Amino acid sequence: MTSEALSPATTGASGAVEPRGAKPKKLTIGRVGVYAFLVIAALFFLMPLWVMIVTSLKGLPEIRLGQLFNLPAQVTFEPWLKAWDTACTGRDCNGLKPGFMNSLKITLLSVPVSIVVAMINGYALSFWKYKGSDLLFGILIFGAFVPYQVVIYPLIIGLSKVGLFATLPGIVIVHTIFGMPILTLLFRNFFASLPPELFKAARVDGAGFWQIFFQIMLPMSVPIAIVAVILQTTGIWNDFLFGTVFAGRENMPMTVQLNNIVTTTTGVREYNVNMAATILTAAVPLAVYFISGKWFVRGIAAGAVKG
Amino acid sequence: MSQYAQSSDAAALVSTSPPRRARRKFNVMSIVGTTPMILTAVGVFVICIIFSFIWSFTNSKLFPNFNFVGMDQYNRLWASDRWRISVGNVFLFGVCSLVANMVFGYLLAVFMDQRIKQEDLFRSIFLYPFAMSLVVTGLVWQWMFDPNLGIQSAVRQLGWTDFQFAPLTNQATAIYGVVLGGVWNGVGVTMAILLAGLRGVDAEIWKAAKIDGIPAWRTYLFIVLPMMKGALLTAFILQCTGVVRVFDIVIAMTQGGPGVATQMPAIYVIQHITDRVNVGQGMAAACTMLLPVLAVIVLQGVLQWNAKRKKEKAI
Amino acid sequence: MTQHSVSIRDLSLNFGNVKVLEHLNLDIAQGEFIVLLGPSGCGKSTLLNCIAGLLDVSDGQIFIGGRNVTWEEPKDRGIGMVFQSYALYPQMTVERNLSFGLRVAGMKKDEIDKRVARAAEILQIGPLLQRKPVELSGGQRQRVAIGRALVRDVDVFLFDEPLSNLDAKLRSDLRVEIKRLHQRLKNTMIYVTHDQIEALTLADRIAVMKNGVIQQLSDPHTIYNKPVNLYVAGFIGSPQMNMLNGTLDGTTFTTDEGIAISAANYEFTTPVSGPTKAILGVRPEHIVLGEDARSMPFTLDVEIEIVEPMGSDTLAWTKIGGHPVTFRCNSDVDIKSGQKALIGFDAGRGSIFSVETTNRL
Repeated sequence: MTSEALSPATTGASGAVEPRGAKPKKLTIGRVGVYAFLVIAALFFLMPLWVMIVTSLKGLPEIRLGQLFNLPAQVTFEPWLKAWDTACTGRDCNGLKPGFMNSLKITLLSVPVSIVVAMINGYALSFWKYKGSDLLFGILIFGAFVPYQVVIYPLIIGLSKVGLFATLPGIVIVHTIFGMPILTLLFRNFFASLPPELFKAARVDGAGFWQIFFQIMLPMSVPIAIVAVILQTTGIWNDFLFGTVFAGRENMPMTVQLNNIVTTTTGVREYNVNMAATILTAAVPLAVYFISGKWFVRGIAAGAVKG
Repeated sequence: MSQYAQSSDAAALVSTSPPRRARRKFNVMSIVGTTPMILTAVGVFVICIIFSFIWSFTNSKLFPNFNFVGMDQYNRLWASDRWRISVGNVFLFGVCSLVANMVFGYLLAVFMDQRIKQEDLFRSIFLYPFAMSLVVTGLVWQWMFDPNLGIQSAVRQLGWTDFQFAPLTNQATAIYGVVLGGVWNGVGVTMAILLAGLRGVDAEIWKAAKIDGIPAWRTYLFIVLPMMKGALLTAFILQCTGVVRVFDIVIAMTQGGPGVATQMPAIYVIQHITDRVNVGQGMAAACTMLLPVLAVIVLQGVLQWNAKRKKEKAI
Repeated sequence: MTQHSVSIRDLSLNFGNVKVLEHLNLDIAQGEFIVLLGPSGCGKSTLLNCIAGLLDVSDGQIFIGGRNVTWEEPKDRGIGMVFQSYALYPQMTVERNLSFGLRVAGMKKDEIDKRVARAAEILQIGPLLQRKPVELSGGQRQRVAIGRALVRDVDVFLFDEPLSNLDAKLRSDLRVEIKRLHQRLKNTMIYVTHDQIEALTLADRIAVMKNGVIQQLSDPHTIYNKPVNLYVAGFIGSPQMNMLNGTLDGTTFTTDEGIAISAANYEFTTPVSGPTKAILGVRPEHIVLGEDARSMPFTLDVEIEIVEPMGSDTLAWTKIGGHPVTFRCNSDVDIKSGQKALIGFDAGRGSIFSVETTNRL
C-alpha cells in the first residue's frame, strides 16, 4: 500500500479518451493511507496532552472510575488552584508557586548571561582567532558530548569553595557553562557564515574588537539570538538535573518541585492535582513553543548541527 | 620572474624603515572577551574531569580526599550487581530508543514529505512534546501507564477485559515503558531534522528517479536515504547524547524501579555522590561513563584522519 | 626618481607549509592604476589583503607613501578598500555606512558631513543616503562601497574584484565609471581581478600573477603583444593565442609537420644559437584571410572546419599541420565550413617561446 501511497498517482490507462486539460483530482488509496498514518500518529502525540488536561479538570471520585480519556462530567478548577497554591512537598504546602518564581529568576538571569557569553565566544572564534582558540573550541565541543555526571561533583566542590554552591548566581553559572558548547557552536557557525569581507571592511574603517562586535555584528545577529533565546528558555526551564544538584532548597526550580509533589508518598495520591501541576510546569516552554512556531524548529535544526 | 618588478630604490627604503615589531598574532581583547570560554573549557571540561578521574582512585566518602586505593573502586563497581544491571539497562534502552526513534522519525518525515496541506499543523503536533521537560513527559506517561486508572483500565471498560498495558509495574517491561516516553518526547526532533534533510536532497534526483520509473518507496529507501548522511548523523548523535545522559525521565517515571529494572548509570553516579555518600565509587562510575564517549571521539578522529589521507592520495 | 606610492619589498606569506607569496617585489608610482591579474588561487587577493593589513606577512616589508606600514593597523595605512561582496553594513543606512570609519576615528560632525556629501556627489548616490543596503541594486551597492573608500580621503585605493558580482551590462558601466573616477581623483589604485578585459581596459600597468609570483609587470599593450612566457600568452586573450610546436633555426621556424615559417621580422629578446625546440604563438586576429593574406610573409591553403559568427566578427577554425588554429575575420566575409581558403600571417607580430624554459625568445 505504501508504495502506491508514495508515488504520485500514475495516469490511469486512458483507453479511448484522449487526456486533455488538467489531470482529474483523484482521492487514491495511497493518499488516504498517507493521511491515515499522519492522523494516527498525531493522535498518539496528542493523547498525553489530552489526558493531562481532562484529568486535571476532574474530581478525584471521577478519576477513580478509571475512564482515562473521557471528558470530565463535572469540570472543577480546584486541582489547579491546589497545585499552584497549596500542594505539599513534605511539610511545605505552598504549591508550585515558589518553584515557578525560582524558575523565572533562574531563566531570566541565565538566558541573557549564557547568550551574551556565547555570542562573544562565537564572534572571537570566527574573527579574532588566537593561538589555542581552536583547541579551546574543540574542548568545548567535546564538552557537549560529555556525560554531565563526570564534571558535576568537582563542580560542586569548586562552587562551594567560592561560596556559590546552592545559590542563585551558582545555578546561573552552571547553566552558562553547560549551555556554552551548543550556543558557542550556534553563534560561531552564524558568524562564520557572514561574508568575511564585512569584518575586513570594518577593520579598514578602523573599528576594534568591541566596536565591530557592538556596532556591526550584534545588530546583525538578532535572528540567531532569537533562536538562542528560544533554545535556552525552554532548555533552562525544563532542566531537572542541575536544579536538583546546584540550586539548593532556596532556589529549587519548578521541575524539581513538580517531581517532589508528584512523588510525595504521604497521603492520598491526588492525580488531578498532579496533572494540573504538570501542565503548569509545561506551560511556559509550551507557550514559547507555540508563539515562536517556525523559529523553534530553526533552533532545533541549528542547535543540532554539530561537528 | 619577479625581476620584471622594478626595485631601483629598495636599499634607500629599507634603510629608513623602523625596526620590525614583534608579529601581531592576536588581539588582547579577544582573550579578554573569551575569558568565560577559557575558564569553562579548561576549568570545567579539563580540570573537573581530571579531578573526577583522580578521586575515582580514592576512598572519598562524603568529602573528597586523596587516600589512594588503586583500582578498588573500579573493581567494586564492576562487582556491583546494581552497576552491571545499570549498564545493561542503558544499552537496552539506548538500542531500543535509537532504533524506534530513527525508524519512526524517518517514517514521519517521509509521510510529511508528501505535499501535505496541513504540514504546519502536523509538525506542531509532532514537535510539541520536545518543548516539555523530560520530567513532565515522565510524569504524564507514568500516569497513563497506571495499572488501575490508566490506559489499561480505560480499554478494559470498553469491554476488552483482559487487556494488559501497564509496562511500568512489571520488571521485564518497565524499561520499554520508559523507551516509549522518551521516543514520544524526542521523535519530533528527529522528524524535523530528517525532513530538512529530505528537502535538501537535489530535486533533480527525484526527476531522474521518476523518469527511470523507480517507485517512490525505493527512491526513499535506496537513493535518498544514503544521500542524507549528514542529517541522519546529526539526528543520531543528538539521540546518542540523550541516551548517555538519560536521567530525568527515569527519575520521574520509575525512580529506577521496579527493583532495579530501570536503574541507569547516570542515576548510579548521582545516588553515590548524594544519598549514598560514596564519592569515590560515584567518580569511578562517572569516569566509566566517559569511556564510550572517548571511544567514539577517537574513532571519529581515526576516520577523519583516514579520509584526509585518502583525499591527499587522490590528489 | 619620484617616491613610490606603494612599495613591496621581498614579501613572503606562508600558510603553514603552503607558500602563497614568494619574495615578491612591486613598486607602484603615485597615481598609477595597477591591476593584479591571475586565476583564482594565484595569490592576487592575498597580496591585496597584505597591503591592506588584513593578513600578517611572513617576511618582507610594505611601504605606503614612503612609510613602513608592515605592522600597522589597516586604518593607519592610508588606504581605502572596496570588496567583491560590497561588505556594506546591512543594518546601517548608506550615510552611516559611509561615515562609520570617520565616526570610529572620532571626527567632527561637520567634517564628516562634508566628506559624505562630496563622496555622494562624486558617485551620484545623494538620493540614496537614507536607504539601507537591502534597498539598493547591485550597482548602487558597489557605488556605496566605493564611497566608503572615498570618504577616508586616502591616497591608495584597493579594489578586490569589485565588479565580479555584477551582471555583464552593469560591469561594463561601472568599469567606465571607475576609470573616470581614477582620472578625476588621480589616486593610486590597486585593482585585483581575474577578468582580462577589466585588466586591459583599466590598467596603467598589469601584473600577471601565478602561484604567488608576478610573471610579468607591464602596460596592457606589451602584456598583450609581447607576453614574456607561455603562461602569460595563454592567459591573456580570448580566444587563446594559437600555439604551434616546432623548431627554430636562425630565423626560420619549422613546425613538427615540416611547414616552414619565416620569422625574419621577429624581434628576438635573447639570441638563439642552433636549432631549438620552440613554440610559435599567433593571435587569432593576426591571421588574415583571402586577398589580404597574399601580402603576408607566410601563407597556406587550408580547409575551414567550423565557423562561429560572433556578431561583430567571425571566428573560424582550421588546422595548420595537425594543430587546430582559430582566426578572426570580419563578419562581412562570407566563409563556410568545408570551404578551402588561403590564410596568412606575419610571424614577426607573433611570439616565440622556448619549449625548455617556456620564456619568450
